[in-house]
Amino acid sequence: MPMTLAEKILARASGRTTVAAGEFVVGDIDLALVHDIFAARVFDILEQVGAGGVFDPDRIAVVIDHMVPAPTAEAAAVHQRIREHVARLGIATFYDAGEGICHQLLPERGHIRPGMLVVGTDSHTTTYGALAAGGTGIGTSEMVYAMATGRLWFRVPETLRYEFAGALQPRVSWKDVILHLAGTFGSDGAQYRSMEFGGPGATGADMSSRLTVSNMALEMGAKFGLFAADAVTAEYLGKDGFEDEWQPDPGASYEAVHQVDLTALTPQVALPHDVGNVTSVDLAGDLRIDQAFIGSCTNGRIEDLRAAAAVLAGRHIAPGVRLLVAPASRGVLLQAIEEGVIGTLVEAGASVLPSGCGPCFGGHGGLLGPGERCIGTHNRNFMGRMGSAEAEIYLASPETVAASAITGVITDPRSLEAAHV
Amino acid sequence: MSDGAIRGRVWKFGHDVSTDLLSPGQYALDPVEVRMLHVLESVDPRFASEVAAGDVVVAGHNFGCGSSRETAAENLKVLGVACVAAESLSRLFMRNAIAVGLPVLIAGGIHQAFSAGDEIEIDLAAGTARNPATGAYCRGEPLPEEMRRILNAGGILEVLRHGG
Ligand code: SF4
Repeated sequence: MPMTLAEKILARASGRTTVAAGEFVVGDIDLALVHDIFAARVFDILEQVGAGGVFDPDRIAVVIDHMVPAPTAEAAAVHQRIREHVARLGIATFYDAGEGICHQLLPERGHIRPGMLVVGTDSHTTTYGALAAGGTGIGTSEMVYAMATGRLWFRVPETLRYEFAGALQPRVSWKDVILHLAGTFGSDGAQYRSMEFGGPGATGADMSSRLTVSNMALEMGAKFGLFAADAVTAEYLGKDGFEDEWQPDPGASYEAVHQVDLTALTPQVALPHDVGNVTSVDLAGDLRIDQAFIGSCTNGRIEDLRAAAAVLAGRHIAPGVRLLVAPASRGVLLQAIEEGVIGTLVEAGASVLPSGCGPCFGGHGGLLGPGERCIGTHNRNFMGRMGSAEAEIYLASPETVAASAITGVITDPRSLEAAHV
Repeated sequence: MSDGAIRGRVWKFGHDVSTDLLSPGQYALDPVEVRMLHVLESVDPRFASEVAAGDVVVAGHNFGCGSSRETAAENLKVLGVACVAAESLSRLFMRNAIAVGLPVLIAGGIHQAFSAGDEIEIDLAAGTARNPATGAYCRGEPLPEEMRRILNAGGILEVLRHGG
């Protein structure tokens, strides 16, 4: 029976030749990720329930990225406990504070391969779909169960397919594409579903763009956000041979197939307080900003920093605006330093934050006061997400955020003349 | 309990109630006694202090959207909420609710059928809800066997404790 990519991944994980949407399966976990918000709790409970150790210390990844560097004594103590657990359990894949954000590090350091089933105590675990891996978020109790047993129940999701045609115009990015999809289909437009991205337009998306799209598939409620493995995947992994296996089968059955024209797309922005509340930036009106944020697991990669630097080069941010830049990993930061990108951004007025989550989830380092307005490259604009519940968060591409920082109002990057980088 | 009938008082919320509202990020690392005081405070400051054991949360679409934080479901359970009944639930919230032993019902029309303070009668095994005052009746999907088993055990950790 022809299968979608989601069905293939869950069939392999559950040791079956075929599975179909709607079935319940028990899948073997290839990789289980916990970060510092939940790791200590997960390991504490694992001890309390008397589960003994973990199913396989080589299939667990622990990342300290949210409270980095520790903003409070309590957070520092939590980090201490995590390090103790990691040592006690013999977990090899451990990224300590400062290395970067989990969803950047795991692909960047080669932990994600096509076809894997990956669970994480983080909703944006869908990011790994960019590499044709079934990544999805679970809660802490489920993680305890998964870590103890190495398996978990899954409902095989229905799949929504998105066929991309055409090519993006200059200063329009794949962030705009996924914002456009969220705007068109709503922030629950893919609830419980697997999103499968394909068509000739998707072939042209580089890995950085795919990671952005799969990351935000979750913002439409998706369980997976999958790209088929192809030449781009093989190049990113430095290895060939994935093309045939981790593709959807011809004739697989989809709940719906949507055609998306990339050529006509304009820069998009999500307005408060819903990721599905999306409009074209040129229609957003006169919105003065207090803060601009470039970073997060959505758009904190070198490609994103380069795109922002290309807009900001030779210019300066508007008076009264704060521009925060958080490279998604130490590797990204280093490369951005070597390429001169950091210099360009700091000359333009940016403050560089540690490689971590920081303000993205309202943790620390760049929060908003009542009535303040922030435009950022991250993935969520819920009320209260970045500090005050009376602040407003707008989501856009690195190009749009950079252009807005320059003018002090939310600005279409196409309206600034091309920069000289 | 979870396979049986639930009868309680309705607390009503809108669409897209996020995990940031159910379990605000600033208290993410705090113990449950602190976390439970801030549940939904941005939309209804009375909720956390006045909700009583056995009350039911009725909401619109996409309840529990946002992060994977299980505290969103756990906080409601600890406050004594007997069931979350919504037009639709985020996938993660639904998984977490089952995992912590908080019953859920997804039923179309439920948001219309109830007002704050109404009484609600829920039959989880049948997947239905009724408003005794108005006679309004909503039929949803009964929960699959796998999920009911975890709910009946009192959550997935209980399943693990008993060698599941
Ligand atoms: S960068 Fe933001 S969205 Fe990504 S893992 Fe960190 S807090 Fe979550």
